Amino acid sequence: MIGPVLGVLFDGLAYGMLLFLLSVGLSVTLGMMNFVNLAHCSFAMLGGYVTVTLMNNLGWPFLATLPCAFLAAAAVSVALERGLYRRLYRASDLDQVLLTIGLAFISVAAAAYVFGTVLQEIRVPPYLRGAVTVLGVRFGVYRLFLVGVALAITLVLVLALEYTRFGARVRAAVDNQRMARGLGIDVDRAFAVTFALGSGLAGLGGALAIEIVGLDPAFAFTYLVYVLIVVAVGGLGSIGGSFAAASLIGVSDVAGKYYVPELGAFLIYLVMVALLMWRPAGLLGRR
Amino acid sequence: MSTRGLDKSFGSLVVAKDVELTLPRGERYALIGPNGAGKTTLINLMTGMLPPDRGRIFLGEEEITTLAPEARVKRGLVRTFQINTLFPHLTALETVTLAVCERRGVAGVFWRRLPAFREAVEEAHQILVALRLGASWRRPTRELAYGQQRLLEIALALATRPMVLLLDEPAAGVPKDESAELFDVIGGLSEDLAVLFIEHDMSVVFRFARRIIVMAGGRILVEGPPDEIAADPRVREVYLGGTRHG
Amino acid sequence: MTGALRAAAGPLAWTEAEGRWRPLEAGFWVATLLPFVLVPSYLVLASQIAITALFALSLDLILGYAGIVSLGHAAFFGVGAYAAGILSKAGWGEPLSGLVVAAVAAGSVGFATSFIIARFRHLALIMITLGLGVLLHEAANKVHWLTGGADGLQGVRTWPLLGYFPFDLYGYTAYAYSLVVLFVLFLAARRMTNSPFGLALRGIRENATRMPAIGAPSRAHVRRIYTMAAVIAGVAGALLAQTTETVALEVLSFQRSAELLVMLVLGGAGRLYGGLVGAIIFMVARDRFSGINPQYWYFWIGMLLVAVVMLLPNGILGGLARIRAERRRAA
Repeated sequence: MIGPVLGVLFDGLAYGMLLFLLSVGLSVTLGMMNFVNLAHCSFAMLGGYVTVTLMNNLGWPFLATLPCAFLAAAAVSVALERGLYRRLYRASDLDQVLLTIGLAFISVAAAAYVFGTVLQEIRVPPYLRGAVTVLGVRFGVYRLFLVGVALAITLVLVLALEYTRFGARVRAAVDNQRMARGLGIDVDRAFAVTFALGSGLAGLGGALAIEIVGLDPAFAFTYLVYVLIVVAVGGLGSIGGSFAAASLIGVSDVAGKYYVPELGAFLIYLVMVALLMWRPAGLLGRR
Repeated sequence: MSTRGLDKSFGSLVVAKDVELTLPRGERYALIGPNGAGKTTLINLMTGMLPPDRGRIFLGEEEITTLAPEARVKRGLVRTFQINTLFPHLTALETVTLAVCERRGVAGVFWRRLPAFREAVEEAHQILVALRLGASWRRPTRELAYGQQRLLEIALALATRPMVLLLDEPAAGVPKDESAELFDVIGGLSEDLAVLFIEHDMSVVFRFARRIIVMAGGRILVEGPPDEIAADPRVREVYLGGTRHG
Repeated sequence: MTGALRAAAGPLAWTEAEGRWRPLEAGFWVATLLPFVLVPSYLVLASQIAITALFALSLDLILGYAGIVSLGHAAFFGVGAYAAGILSKAGWGEPLSGLVVAAVAAGSVGFATSFIIARFRHLALIMITLGLGVLLHEAANKVHWLTGGADGLQGVRTWPLLGYFPFDLYGYTAYAYSLVVLFVLFLAARRMTNSPFGLALRGIRENATRMPAIGAPSRAHVRRIYTMAAVIAGVAGALLAQTTETVALEVLSFQRSAELLVMLVLGGAGRLYGGLVGAIIFMVARDRFSGINPQYWYFWIGMLLVAVVMLLPNGILGGLARIRAERRRAA
């Protein structure tokens, strides 16, 4: 009886972990610089395509492609940040939205041009396929892997934020940018590094997502909406908030599609609007 | 205007503790204290931009603790900002006209053209003239000199016909050659108006204030007439030994 | 005139002059009559452009004048389109009353949502407008017994305008109808922007923090303009339904909201004509390049957006205004 419920819960959590990886970077950079980067999922898409290319064209093993996905996305983000984003930190919301949507459009078109519009597939190594059954509940091995990776990364992030000097600078900058600058913290540099990290994580998320949801050029927009929901609901600049929100959204989405398929995506948006109205700064946000 | 037992904290940071003050009609009070003493926070609490954790605020006989900022303005409690908070692309005239229209309750009218509201436009112009901005009414705010923008801040506040005016560091950042006009204007403010101003420049404080309130660490340290305050050793101590010059 | 009188006349006269019609504006509207004479085979496209221009105008009112970034404005366009379409399908195809019904429907939805919209800013606002837009799109999809779902609304028949002018394939009636509605609503919008309310909106856009400090009920102002913009968008949607005699689900899509944003930014927000100019350029370009693979189309839109933000932040009209100001300064 409880089997299917736990199964749905687990699948939802796994999906939530994926959303978390995709969203945490955006949440922190938004919290730090209030820079609305709607091209965030383009980095995820990039990571996905890097993995696809390395695996399908060059025969690399899956796990080896993951760090490459991370690094590729991080590298591109550094270039973009230096070239374009940097000029718009003080610009209006609208300008930032437009610029980054434009970049997202360009990335989608480029992906379609290079890779075509087909849904990309990869073959994960055998040890990540299949499922294990524990207490009558079926746990997909890949999803377990996903949850494991996400939790590990969360742990690293939280530890780094709490216990390293860089982490302290990031926290200060998210909390009160002006004061952080006044204290001599190089906020711009902290932001650039955080931005690269966040984009890299998105790239990693994109690579990991292929097995769960597939990859096509529309990815940059389809998942952008979910990521934005997670960020808005979880609160800007909050890793814990993103984690909670991602889990909530992940479970809601999977449970919704399983139990009330007629509602479709309706449920997620309703949840988001309702949550935002209750807590406009997000679950754990401050603004 | 008066406050009773005002408290406000952000987590473990106490920005206001047990603040009690009374500002009678027609008075000129100065609020001084070192940076971080909570002076601007107090103004934010009084005007409703920040909700207090505890305490009450009164305007005349009426309690206004839970009123929204715009409602307080309608009742006559108005502030200016320490950093110019103006409308960059609106001309000086448009800026003051807007405030006048809001006061007259006609800012919601969308079916009649602005020139139809002659008295509003003329009143706005008169205010600008009174504040030595008469020659610049046509210029967009961002093209005005800093001192003129500070004057426009005050003009904006005066356009709402306040009973209580809270000036947050009116002379901040104004170069010496532009400050004379500013001081003339402050000195010329109506006798019916109760004015509380925050200032760091002691010469300004002693010139205009009839009573001084000293804040430190979110609390009111002492208040009294200028000569008493000047002689008080606690005040000197709070400013780290010796008077500060703006 | 004595010195005092001259000083008093100055501000008032200047305020008068601000709202006066410029010769270029009159020229623009006369030019809109040209398609009848110059390119009569393109009148259907012209009517589409007029409708889109009206839609862009409605977005300009909230974005350019009140500073509300909305990614879901197509919601009102769609509500208006479906309202008019469903009314016609139910048997009442009179166009002008259809517009009124659509206006009321879209305005009601706008009014209801304005209470939510007015409370938020920045990301939360963007997300909520996006979310509401998508919600409506999904809802319309689900109630396919009413809306036709993904297949769209069939059986929309528009009666002849004023009982005399039929809507035909050539588009004379369609264009004249759309153009007149556009002009009338434009006049209303123009009057509004020159009113005290218009000034208040600009105040909200320029510095939302200052407004409560001068006693302005910002939220009430925002609710009002949002409702008005919804009404206008709804009318535009109804025009589309009536002139094309179909309503497709994509009238509510995010694509439409996003493209509208592009058009408005291209032309320049906050100038009333920006949306019109942007709509004309965008729609003409899209018609010219309709043969191109949609992916390339989005590539160029993306490039355009990047270019506009980096190089022409106030759109085309803003750029022109800047050139004119510089030339005046140099003279």
